[in-house]
Amino acid sequence: MRKIYAFGLTLCATLVFFGCALQSKATDKPTITIWHWMTDREPAFTELARRYEAKTGIRVNFELYAPSDAYSQKVRAAAQGATLPDIFGILAEKRDFSSFIKAGHVLDLTPHMDADSGRWRNSLFAKALAVNEFNPGNKYGIEPGVYGVPIDVMAIQMLYNKGLFKKLGLDPEKPPLTFQEFVEIGKKIKAQNMQGMVSGWAEVWMIDCFANNYAFNIMGKDKVIDTIKGKIPYTDPDWVKVLGLFKEMQEAGLLATGVVTMVNKTAEQLFANGKAVFAFNGSWCVNVYKGMNPGLKYGVMMPPRASDKYPMVIWGGAGSSFMVNARSKNKEEAVRFLQWLTDKEQQAYLAETTNNLPANKESLSKVSEILNEFVRNMDNTTHPNVWGVSEFPAVIEAFDKGIQSIIIKEKTPEQIAAEVQKIKAREQAKKR
Amino acid sequence: MKFKSTLENYLFVLPAVLIFSIFYIIPFLWVFQLGMYEWDGIMPTKTFVGLGNFKEIFFQDKIWWQSMFNAGYITFIALTFQNILAFLLALACDREIKLKNFYRLIFFIPPVLSEVVVGLVWQWILDGNYGLLNGWLVHLGFPQFAHNWLSDPQTALTTVAIVHSWKGFGWGFLIFLAGLQTIPRELYEAARVDGANAWQSFKKITIPLMIPVTVLVMILTILGTMQAFVLIIAMTGGGPAYHTEVPVLRILASMRGSSRFGYACAQGLSFGLILMVISFIQYKFSSRARKI
Amino acid sequence: MKSTLYYKAKKVTVNALIHVLLISVAITCIFPLIWMISSSLKTQETIFSDTSLIPVKMHFENYVQAWKEGGFGRYFLNSIFYTVSVVIGIILVSSLAAYAFARFKFPGSNLLFFMFMAAMMIPIPGSFVPLYVLLTKLHLRNTAIGYILCMINVGLSTSIFLLKTFFDKMPRELEDAARIDGCSKLGIWWHVALPLAKPVLAVVVVFNALAVWNEYVLALIIFDSKGLMPLQVALMTFQGEFITRYPLLMAGLTITALPIIILYILMQKYIVKGVTQGALVE
Repeated sequence: MRKIYAFGLTLCATLVFFGCALQSKATDKPTITIWHWMTDREPAFTELARRYEAKTGIRVNFELYAPSDAYSQKVRAAAQGATLPDIFGILAEKRDFSSFIKAGHVLDLTPHMDADSGRWRNSLFAKALAVNEFNPGNKYGIEPGVYGVPIDVMAIQMLYNKGLFKKLGLDPEKPPLTFQEFVEIGKKIKAQNMQGMVSGWAEVWMIDCFANNYAFNIMGKDKVIDTIKGKIPYTDPDWVKVLGLFKEMQEAGLLATGVVTMVNKTAEQLFANGKAVFAFNGSWCVNVYKGMNPGLKYGVMMPPRASDKYPMVIWGGAGSSFMVNARSKNKEEAVRFLQWLTDKEQQAYLAETTNNLPANKESLSKVSEILNEFVRNMDNTTHPNVWGVSEFPAVIEAFDKGIQSIIIKEKTPEQIAAEVQKIKAREQAKKR
Repeated sequence: MKFKSTLENYLFVLPAVLIFSIFYIIPFLWVFQLGMYEWDGIMPTKTFVGLGNFKEIFFQDKIWWQSMFNAGYITFIALTFQNILAFLLALACDREIKLKNFYRLIFFIPPVLSEVVVGLVWQWILDGNYGLLNGWLVHLGFPQFAHNWLSDPQTALTTVAIVHSWKGFGWGFLIFLAGLQTIPRELYEAARVDGANAWQSFKKITIPLMIPVTVLVMILTILGTMQAFVLIIAMTGGGPAYHTEVPVLRILASMRGSSRFGYACAQGLSFGLILMVISFIQYKFSSRARKI
Repeated sequence: MKSTLYYKAKKVTVNALIHVLLISVAITCIFPLIWMISSSLKTQETIFSDTSLIPVKMHFENYVQAWKEGGFGRYFLNSIFYTVSVVIGIILVSSLAAYAFARFKFPGSNLLFFMFMAAMMIPIPGSFVPLYVLLTKLHLRNTAIGYILCMINVGLSTSIFLLKTFFDKMPRELEDAARIDGCSKLGIWWHVALPLAKPVLAVVVVFNALAVWNEYVLALIIFDSKGLMPLQVALMTFQGEFITRYPLLMAGLTITALPIIILYILMQKYIVKGVTQGALVE
């Protein structure tokens, strides 16, 4: 018996010891704590924090919490416990972002952005800033202003394998421009028994992204926004046409088998190893392909347009952003650090070491050739976070999962359009 | 004296009850309360909707019920295929057999392996274009069976269920083995002296004595399989469409995707309630079986 | 004469069948392990292009790199500390409770047992937020004790259920004898019931150790300081949002799997030995 008690005591003592030993030591200089989820940027952040401390004497503590799923839960939990750090990122769409602001967790950065006749604001890509901006009269009821600082930029578009293009008898410098040309290539791919396009379409947001590009191309931005506002139903012929493109691509042999249950990392691995002709992926892929197959020859292209009425648009602009905690004691220091972090030199360092596109316009010279191809299309980018309205998540899910059903030939585009509209009506009927 | 004895009995369960009350009951009541609100998980204000969330789950949310059906199907495969396999292997390893220590070690590898590895390996085996399984099928002269196992709605769910069973049978194996080991050897000796053959002593000794352990394994299988999701994310992400969607994925989707925290809580509670009913029916049935 | 030959033939066939079953299942189990180890010796470039199980060039330095870059040293100690504390906590707390539920009748015992059973069934998906706020209020957030208590709670119900099933099954004669000898209830639990339950205790140990060893979501949420994080967090370093460094990840996973496999081998002794009644009377 005595053994148990002795053991229990030892255990308790150890616990107390561990608990106390790890209490953080207090210092008089402020320490800025930053929570983030960006595993790949951790070494670069640590180095930048070291430089900042050498320069100003202020310690910056980057705390990494990966994967992003767990990170976003942590941020939400910390918001409830009012224990958010000085600087943090919110991994969420605009509606949730606005909730964080309403709950008083996010500092309005507009005065800092506009100080010095807008020096900070003007150094950053407007498209990247727009993601964190609320315009006058926005639907979320947020005081207009900028609430976050972008630290990098990205774009999601199509890539093609130049070697496989040659094998198909195509000019590797001339990717298809129209959907018709695209479909013709599909026939060749089928004949040669190759694999067409790979993408992470098991993670449905990438389907959503692809479909939205074509929605903008076929019906224009205003009509898409009107649909979200509920003025136009999803059963509109233009929407059915968008859905129909997926059926056409599937029939033409343009989609790799298994694309509907493919996670993006698998898609990247297939494309990097030359097993697929096309990929639909974000600018981060440059780094991924470089690691898996440095010799891969590929090009960047816009999705081939299906209509001449409106320009083709891709998702982009939104990279990763940081917010300042409105309740933090070190607000001023935190803002100053973010200003330093988005300065030309630091942005160039980040771009160079992590192969991400910088948020600072003046740092572009440090970017690799292929990444520059992504930048070139930056003018044609949009992002749901800048539309000013948000579609109901249930509707987005029905739309994206519906596209999966079309690809596996379970349902027709017309059926899906009707189903999506039904869910839209249900969500609209709910009192919120 | 009586009082002191009762007090002593309570002392046995006191530590468990204490930890349980603080770390389970309090959060549980909180979740129960949240289940009656429409709340995005962030805002300081919540909208009270009473039993509205529960009503929506039970009468409107068709996808939720499809996900329940899918989980039920996977559980059915686990209860039959996985547990029979686990029991047979445990029986085999309970005998005096060559290499039994080796097998006992090997069968526990799948539960130990990370879902990341399991997902990657099985994707490679099942891939529609470059997969090993299709390669073997073609090689053995059955090219007509070769197809994309995970993205074909006909086979996706069954494939997921079989991989899940494979990952999980090690636990059943381990508990069955522990159960078989506690059966006193003398009983078998006595039966042999009485002239019983192997089959008879299996039927008269092993089976009756293993019923409680079997019930235990079955309940743990139901709970483990109904709540499975990590492997499913790694293999199909719930797709194609909703063909491999399971309840926990739906709960996570409500929480993160749709930011309906209250609804997610209500889904979790409804799910738990259903599991509880199933498990207790099973428990009652088997305790009756034990008495016969 | 003929019948012995018949029995011999039958026995050989049965044995052969058993071995075929065992071997084929064993192959499927061992294949992913070999794949993991072989992948851990490749490079990011060759991992998916060179599909052979024995890599042409072995990159053992992946292990060194994974250990260093992941900061495994500290995390390893943390994980061992958490796992040992949680498992010991669960064994003590749950075996006490399970023994009481199996052997004593006292008012409310059924209700309490029912409660633990119910807790096993109801997953609380939103519980991270309440748990976080609760721990903050108790000043246990970002402490090892808070995490350990939460994890004890996670394994408690299932362990009680497992142990009670086996206590129910165990013969009472030995305990009765001990009681007549004047042993207290607590003494009987420690000296008689627990040794008898060794096989199932071994299962409980393995079950909970694996759960704690692989846990990271709760740790990520309630810990702020890196110094407190468990081993799984180190693995996340290699699985970026966009880039997964597969060889390092596989090396890390192999290192991580090793202690659990060793623990299992140690525990197997108890599961396998078989606790026959005769051997226990000392």
